[in-house]
Amino acid sequence: MFANALWVMSGTALLGLASGVLGVFALLRRRALMGDVLAHAALPGIVLAYMVTSAKAAGPLLVGAAATGVLGVLAMLAITRHSRLKEDSAMSLVLTVFFGLGIMLLGVVQRMPGGNQSGLDKYLFGQAAAIVPSDVRLITLIAALLCLMALLFYKEFKLLAFDPGFGAGLGFPMTALDLLLNLGIVVAVVIGLEAVGVVLMAALLTTPAVTARYWTNRLSVMLPLAGLFGALSGVAGTLASQVGPRMPTGPLIVLAASLFFFVSLLAAPQRGLLARLVRFLRTRARTRRSRLLEALYDLAEEAACPQTLAAASPEALSRRTGVPVGAVRRHLARLSREGLVDRVPAPAGLAGADAWKLTAAGVAEAYPLVREERLHLVCRMHEADLDGVQWDAGGRLVAAPETLRQLEALLVQHGMQPRLHPGDGA
Amino acid sequence: MAREHSARDDDLPVVVRSLTVAYQQRPVLKDVNLSLPPGRLIGVIGPNGAGKSTMIKAILGMVPRLSGEVRIFGRPVAQARREVGYVPQRASVDWDFPTDVLDVVMMGRYGHLGLLRRPGARERSLAMEALEKVGMADFARRQISQLSGGQQQRVFLARALAQDARIYFMDEPFAGVDAATERAIIGLLTDLKARGRTVVVVHHDLQTVREYFDWLVLLNVRVLAAGPVERVFTPENLTHTYGGRLGSLALLAGAQPPARRSLGGD
Repeated sequence: MFANALWVMSGTALLGLASGVLGVFALLRRRALMGDVLAHAALPGIVLAYMVTSAKAAGPLLVGAAATGVLGVLAMLAITRHSRLKEDSAMSLVLTVFFGLGIMLLGVVQRMPGGNQSGLDKYLFGQAAAIVPSDVRLITLIAALLCLMALLFYKEFKLLAFDPGFGAGLGFPMTALDLLLNLGIVVAVVIGLEAVGVVLMAALLTTPAVTARYWTNRLSVMLPLAGLFGALSGVAGTLASQVGPRMPTGPLIVLAASLFFFVSLLAAPQRGLLARLVRFLRTRARTRRSRLLEALYDLAEEAACPQTLAAASPEALSRRTGVPVGAVRRHLARLSREGLVDRVPAPAGLAGADAWKLTAAGVAEAYPLVREERLHLVCRMHEADLDGVQWDAGGRLVAAPETLRQLEALLVQHGMQPRLHPGDGA
Repeated sequence: MAREHSARDDDLPVVVRSLTVAYQQRPVLKDVNLSLPPGRLIGVIGPNGAGKSTMIKAILGMVPRLSGEVRIFGRPVAQARREVGYVPQRASVDWDFPTDVLDVVMMGRYGHLGLLRRPGARERSLAMEALEKVGMADFARRQISQLSGGQQQRVFLARALAQDARIYFMDEPFAGVDAATERAIIGLLTDLKARGRTVVVVHHDLQTVREYFDWLVLLNVRVLAAGPVERVFTPENLTHTYGGRLGSLALLAGAQPPARRSLGGD
């Protein structure tokens, strides 16, 4: 019993590995649904093979599956090449036609004298428990071959996925490479049918690849990572199915893969939702803080006499900056703790109960922000005459000293130079 | 070459004989005959819908020809792939692809590597050189999703440069680019010309024709004129190509900036 579970587990892990790796190329080629199409296209082959051999041995049935799978690939390529249909329409056409044919043939088998579809429907939803040692040897061999293919043709498949037109221009046989990749996917689907079944096989091709994309920006990392997620899903699903009696392994493998996906979707360091939320909140806070300091600086600058820095109420600042009043108050409180703004008695005629102005330290803090902002504007106006102006990842201006002098001159020419220097005021 | 009588044609980067191309029923190019000289910056100009892009695509075998023959350095296009670099109008790739700038530029070297061989240090240094030429060396390790439109354009130019082709076809490289990219493209064109490469550029801005090119093809379904800029870029030819909307065009062609005269030559 336990030994059997080990066999099943290594089978599903290897299956996950191979389909994860191939799934990456399918996904990046914008053919994420190809696995689904080919899995469904395998069904009529399975049923036909049974009708011909009237035996339910896995071997001939899988050969049948591969045969109609390949037919599906060819149909798909022929449709996109010779008709005006887009790839997605071609894929849905092939999927439904082949799967419909398979279901119809299942009905025919049911009505055949002595016929019985009970052994065939396991290919619809998979039955991993039926995996025996000889299956595992076959799966190992095929998974190894598929991974080897991905390794050998790494450069070509990358070209195929990124820019097939350019690849053809370089003289690479892109159609043949496309066919090779799709045949690889057919083979991965066929070895997965017994364990996971026609309906869920697509999940094993797509989900690990999508999951891996969340953790890396490099294809060379994404491939092994997708293989790892696929293998882990196989292991986790098989283990989970051992917990209770009659727990179906295939669906549990898919659920495990989906779990990895959801965790990645939420928690991946850069592309994950949480990381993006944190990044958004940080950027918003930083931008609001700068906007408030700039607004207070502008006010002080407008008030002709720098010795009496102009004050403004939170409401006025909110109107000026577009930052909600509540956020303005929170930021002002924080800036005041940092000693950058001072609360002053509200002058007569000023709306609101309180008013705020920059301290000397606040002027020093605001000066570079304002200068940067205005340089940015001037930069945009004179982009054509300036050389090598860039902004780094933090949004700070990077320019050669020569260019910077040019920019300063332009700033003065437009009358936009910050007039309130650190050390003024207060 | 083996055959004496065609030795001259075999040396030419591009020879097109009676090329006709049609989309649906409407002919887009009719009976195009063209011989392009080596080592020139060649502009292809003409009104919208004149078949400029189509001509390039037909030369490269990317759209089917109704009739006609194309030779690149005396050979059919399929056999001359490695000699040809092509920069499409707007490369329609997935900019969220998990890769960086250097990696994309290295793809230009794949043709030299052939099947199965991996790019190595040599490919990397050639790709870096190409990036330097378009002013993008600092971006080598940048994720491609973080590039602006002009930077994307420069990456594709660098990729074409890394390809080290003998003839380049560029489809409106100047369309909608920022000043830095425009300078990068001009620098690139000059560099390619200095190295004896032929560059064919589809262009639509008549103002800059004299500045950028030394050879010109005027196209409107048929080739109306082809030759050195100062001989071809005339009010009569432009009227012929653009129809009655002459007006300022005549002025444009009439004004001969003396500085550029030496570059053309026959």
